[in-house]
Amino acid sequence: MSEPTEQTAMPGESVAVLSMRDVQFAYPRTAALRGVNLDVAAGEVVAVTGRSGSGKSTLLHVAAGLLRPASGTVHVLGQEVGALPDAAASSLRRKHVGLVLQHGLLVPELSVLANVTLPLVLEGTQQRASAQALAHDWLTRLEVADLATAFPGELSGGQSQRVAVARALVAGPALVLADEPTGSLDSVGGERLLDLLVSACRAGNRALVVVTHDNRVAAVADREVRLLDGTVEYEAVLT
Amino acid sequence: MGATEVVLAVMLGGPQHGYEIKRVHDEWFPSGKPLAYGQVYATLSRLEKDECVEVVETKVDAGPERTVYALTDRGRQRVEHWLSEPLVDGAVSVGELVRKTVAAVRTSSDPRPMLARQRTAFLRQMHDLQQATAADPLSVLARDHVLAHLDADLRWLDRALERVADVNLEAAR
Repeated sequence: MSEPTEQTAMPGESVAVLSMRDVQFAYPRTAALRGVNLDVAAGEVVAVTGRSGSGKSTLLHVAAGLLRPASGTVHVLGQEVGALPDAAASSLRRKHVGLVLQHGLLVPELSVLANVTLPLVLEGTQQRASAQALAHDWLTRLEVADLATAFPGELSGGQSQRVAVARALVAGPALVLADEPTGSLDSVGGERLLDLLVSACRAGNRALVVVTHDNRVAAVADREVRLLDGTVEYEAVLT
Repeated sequence: MGATEVVLAVMLGGPQHGYEIKRVHDEWFPSGKPLAYGQVYATLSRLEKDECVEVVETKVDAGPERTVYALTDRGRQRVEHWLSEPLVDGAVSVGELVRKTVAAVRTSSDPRPMLARQRTAFLRQMHDLQQATAADPLSVLARDHVLAHLDADLRWLDRALERVADVNLEAAR
């Protein structure tokens, strides 16, 4: 492994919340990412698009630290994730990265409130009561507070996604990574959820990376990053 | 869209002068091209000749003289028929986008930058439309239609990008 690096900023220059450099990743039979570079600034919304198999979801999983790149570096808030010990990398992820995966992926044995409280409990920095109050506040913002005592198995796809968004945002992450966040919703429900997600990220000056094949989702972004066969085909500013 | 029929539809709300017709039209289609005054009056003049509208009053307030028009029975029948008939477009319409894209694919050694620029232009348009706040819940209907069309065009462009990536361009020329 190469020497760990820490990014520093010159005066007046901000460190990117997410910075990926020449990232490569391969599954046993397929090269999924072939030298991807990506910088995302605080408050910026970036849509990652591309046809199926272009590497979109792999890019998100590598950015989240769920997959380790074969080569290249991933910095979150200036810290190289791959160079950190596992415990430190997990802590960095819990504190600073909110993740919304396809279909929500909630813990089925926990209530909705417990699912959303989980990132705060794992971090151990808050009393249970204040953690639950904060979780309840996010459920209210996502318009699912009435489901606090329900269990994931009782939720519709759309409700699960809203709870997953609340869970991703509850710890106040600097970086939010979302993989097809509106995939299981109808167009009106999807539009509403996307609006809530983007508004919360913009209000909190959070960086948001959304992987999507839905043009309407991509169009809310400030920038589109188009992947083709594991490389960035082009980037386009949409604002 | 039949601009003439839309003017008639606006007038289903009661007798109106040209300025009011334009105002209501633009309110109905906030994301569309505003109706030009000249177009309103030319349309009203044509409709009057066709006996679809008639002058019912000439108002002289503090401002300029305003002619108030009302629908005739003939005009009402015409707009009601238009509203009741579904739009049928049996022929494949080859619009500017298709013409330009096919021409680029057929003539350029690498049309992908052109397709990417077009995709970005549509996404930007979509971005701006989605950012605009709605005056009322129904005013988003026309916007949704524009968005759906942009979405369809973007899907078609994506398909074109995929086909261009897969095809042997030399063989296609």
